[in-house]
Amino acid sequence: MNEQTELNWLVRPTTIKLLWRVGFGVLALLVLADFIIHPHAAFGIDGSFGFYSWYGLLTCLAMIFFSKFLALFLKRKDTYYDD
Amino acid sequence: MTISAFPPGILLVLGGLVLPFVAPKVRATIVLVLPLIVLWSIWQIGDGVQLAVPFLDYELAVVKGDALSRLFATVFAIMAFAGGLYALNQKQVSELAAAFVYAGSAIGVAFAGDLITVFVFWEIMALGSTMVIWAARTPESYKASMRYLMIHLLGGILLMVGIVAHVADTGSVAFQAMTPHSFGTWLMLAGFLINAGAPPLTAWLPDAYPEASFSGTVFLSAFTTKTAVYVLIRGFPGAEILIYIGVYMIFYGIIYALLENDARRILSYSIINQVGFMITGIGIGGEMALNGAAAHAFTHIIYKGLLLMSAGSVLYMTGGKRKCTDLGGLFQSMPLTCVCGIIGALAISSFPLTSGFISKSMIAQAASDQQMFFVWMCLAAASAGVFLHAGIKFPWFVFFQKDSGLRPKDPPWNMKAAMIFFAFLCIALGVAPGPLYDILPFSTSYEPYTVPHVVNQLQLLLFAGLSFFLALPLMKRTLTISLDWDWFYRRLGEWLVRFLVRGIVEMRRDILATLSSLLESFIRTTFRSHGPDGIMARTNAVGPSVAVIVIMLTLFMLVFYIGV
Repeated sequence: MNEQTELNWLVRPTTIKLLWRVGFGVLALLVLADFIIHPHAAFGIDGSFGFYSWYGLLTCLAMIFFSKFLALFLKRKDTYYDD
Repeated sequence: MTISAFPPGILLVLGGLVLPFVAPKVRATIVLVLPLIVLWSIWQIGDGVQLAVPFLDYELAVVKGDALSRLFATVFAIMAFAGGLYALNQKQVSELAAAFVYAGSAIGVAFAGDLITVFVFWEIMALGSTMVIWAARTPESYKASMRYLMIHLLGGILLMVGIVAHVADTGSVAFQAMTPHSFGTWLMLAGFLINAGAPPLTAWLPDAYPEASFSGTVFLSAFTTKTAVYVLIRGFPGAEILIYIGVYMIFYGIIYALLENDARRILSYSIINQVGFMITGIGIGGEMALNGAAAHAFTHIIYKGLLLMSAGSVLYMTGGKRKCTDLGGLFQSMPLTCVCGIIGALAISSFPLTSGFISKSMIAQAASDQQMFFVWMCLAAASAGVFLHAGIKFPWFVFFQKDSGLRPKDPPWNMKAAMIFFAFLCIALGVAPGPLYDILPFSTSYEPYTVPHVVNQLQLLLFAGLSFFLALPLMKRTLTISLDWDWFYRRLGEWLVRFLVRGIVEMRRDILATLSSLLESFIRTTFRSHGPDGIMARTNAVGPSVAVIVIMLTLFMLVFYIGV
């Protein structure tokens, strides 16, 4: 029995590759869905093509980078408050 | 007083007080049946004052019903039931007893028609929740509970002074919608906000909640912050400052949760984030936003309870492991806990067909309806951020990530049953929001399931998910914490006290040194003159003495003679 079969199917490299592919497929379909749906845009920008897609991606990356930036100042060992 | 007018909150408090004194079988029965009786009695309370008690010059409305009160009391009772079920195998009976007192007083606040009753139940809540933290019986939990209690007593004092000033201003103890414009109302607002986890006193929550036991944290997540949301909806609807406070809390929760390593602290930061959505909704004001805030509090209690039950099960079955760096790969041996955790994570992220979707979107809708562009953009970004910090991060690091080698089993039946119950509610409310919408404070015809709304929400969330996996190397967990406002009282405060104490010690030493040197020199001088060899101790012969006296007398006579 090789290592490949001992791994749970969910963490096998082949499954992970498949998950990435399916994931990108779903994302692409979602972006393309903007051609079909006609949202009632309250502000204008929220009705533009692909708004929710790029906004979700970019704001999240921004939050991650901002948190790493803050960590430069605020990060301490988790024993910091232990006496 | 009919049975239906007996305050349901006090019923639960009394039940909690009885728990330690009954046999285990009876205790389990009370724990499971009493919350259901309380739930029934909540729905027997009609609109208006049901129980008035005279106190000093005032008439206290101990039980006053309306849709908003019943909504919050209902979810508190549901939480008491599910939490009790989850905690049935908790060996510390004091925890369950305290939790019931805590839940009962939260229900008491929900039905309080006057400010004095609010205050009384508010303080019982502070004591009950502190005892829940205590029940973990670890040195860390004791210290954390003392810090927690201190903050909440401060909040209680602000609230009390505010109430007194407000009553002095208006002559009325009635608890109704106010605007923050006077000393009294500002202080009350501050007192309420402390319990909501508003800045600058945000840190008490992630500091204290994760230190409670596996089941204690589940109770804690539900009542304190959500009663604060309730009193803010009733007391300060549409107060603009709440928008800014809420937006701060939303992003604070996300940023700190992203940096955090302890799974239960991630979820604690996430409580502040979720309460931020509610507070923003209250600040926006208007029927849609207030409905949204109330509905979100309702669904939040359930999915956050579920998430913490899932984290608590991991803690319980791994013998106290809660750091992401220690966990991972648990999906293989804890499938049910994993699935329930994921359902909770999807609900908190407002995935369509879960409870979060049908509640949170009302708040964004209100911002959109009132043309608040900035607020709306913040809410949209934050919705994506919730998926990032709680929706993916929590299940990913606990159940997947890497193989930690741990193979804990799913927890005992009662904990599984509680998780299944809440997971069911998360999905049921998401699929069929009607029953929840029917009991909201304002009647609504809001329809969350439109095609564009569902598609846009999926776009927002799945691209947020993409960002998580793209930035995964940055998300790698380290054995660290992030400094927060509590640094000011846990470190700076300590240093100041030490500095002052050292100053006082040094001053005392200096004063004592000066005094003793003065004393010494006095003794030395006295010794010199009065000591065995001192001038005053010398013995002289009679002859010279007589000579001295004769000379003195002669001198005296001469002076006297010349002077006259």
